[in-house]
Amino acid sequence: MPQRVLSIRIDGELVSTTEGKTILEAARASGKYIPTLCYLEGLSAVGACRLCIVQVAGIDRLLPACTTPVQNGMSVTTKSPKLAEYRRIAVELLLVERNHVCAVCVSNGHCELQAMACSLGVTHVRYPYDYPKLPVDMSHERFVLDQNRCILCTRCVRVCAEVEGAHVWEIISRGIQARLVSELNQAWGDAASCTNCGKCVQACPTGALSEKGHAVEEMVKRNDNISALAVWRGVEA
Amino acid sequence: MKKVRLATVWLDGCSGCHMSLLDMDAGVIALAGQADIVYGPLVDAQEFPEEVDVTLVEGAVSSQDDVNRIQKIRARTRILVALGDCAVTSNVPSMRNSIPVNRLLQRVYVEGAQENKGLPVDGVPQLLKQACPVHDFVKVDLHVPGCPPSSQVILGVVSDVLAGRKPDLGSKARFG
Repeated sequence: MPQRVLSIRIDGELVSTTEGKTILEAARASGKYIPTLCYLEGLSAVGACRLCIVQVAGIDRLLPACTTPVQNGMSVTTKSPKLAEYRRIAVELLLVERNHVCAVCVSNGHCELQAMACSLGVTHVRYPYDYPKLPVDMSHERFVLDQNRCILCTRCVRVCAEVEGAHVWEIISRGIQARLVSELNQAWGDAASCTNCGKCVQACPTGALSEKGHAVEEMVKRNDNISALAVWRGVEA
Repeated sequence: MKKVRLATVWLDGCSGCHMSLLDMDAGVIALAGQADIVYGPLVDAQEFPEEVDVTLVEGAVSSQDDVNRIQKIRARTRILVALGDCAVTSNVPSMRNSIPVNRLLQRVYVEGAQENKGLPVDGVPQLLKQACPVHDFVKVDLHVPGCPPSSQVILGVVSDVLAGRKPDLGSKARFG
């Protein structure tokens, strides 16, 4: 059955899309940029990072574009001083929650969080840093999990479950205590279900997951092939 | 034209931001025509002078001595610039922040020392519980992230500030 064609406005411009698409998908298909961190094309959308928040006419709260389905006649604003401010707040809160010491990170210069802070004009953080004491899991033969850099975007959780089908990663606890864990909170090196495929590492937007043997600035990642594989395998329902 | 009174300060940092400042080659000569450097690691003055127009601060605030200095500097400076990630975010100095100070000093000066084991007491300032960004202690007028900020970024910022313009860091300066 052909999907119903819908018309919406994005920043005043009329855009045609189809029923079932999200605001983010409709925007990207028409060449419009909405910032994202937790979204990765091909994986399910979870609305974790709040970078893709948009204003929808008639609704007085901000909605995440990645999980909000389009409706006929919807009018969406993707850029405004208010949105810019809330996006900066989202990035600043990610930065205070963990120890993102860019200068000594394997992903320095190739990090999506760092690039996002820069593009949003975050020159400093207005909130007190938490400086939590966090472990680094070096138990895996090839990879490292550094909790200091994790932003809980769950791209690794989703790519492992939805593309690799291994379900190694999970988030435990809630709020500020939330942590990424492998296989019932065991060391990654002891996770029998891990296939060592490395998709989680490539999907990770920061230096939280990296390959061993890389020094500062050396961890360059590729996730376009993950998106291609996910779309090709029809993960995106 | 009256020259601008410029100061630079080195708190808990590696001096890399000062190295980057010096790295602007001929830019330094252009700056020297517009500003007098009245205080900092690059000049001789012992006491932070009164009525400084612009102060560039490198480094996080890590000790009681840093707190005293930055408060005095703020009171005597018109435009205070946090220069580099240590001043802006506390960066590498903050990596000790989840370790209690006593435990840290014990590990470095006793367990880690080959000789003269013992905590330093004479002539060194008391460490704060945590190393924190400059803006946690005093008002900062401008933040310039980077580890270090490139010499071109510093030159652009200083030139703008000297000319009374508000620098647009836009996407030029990033953390790290």
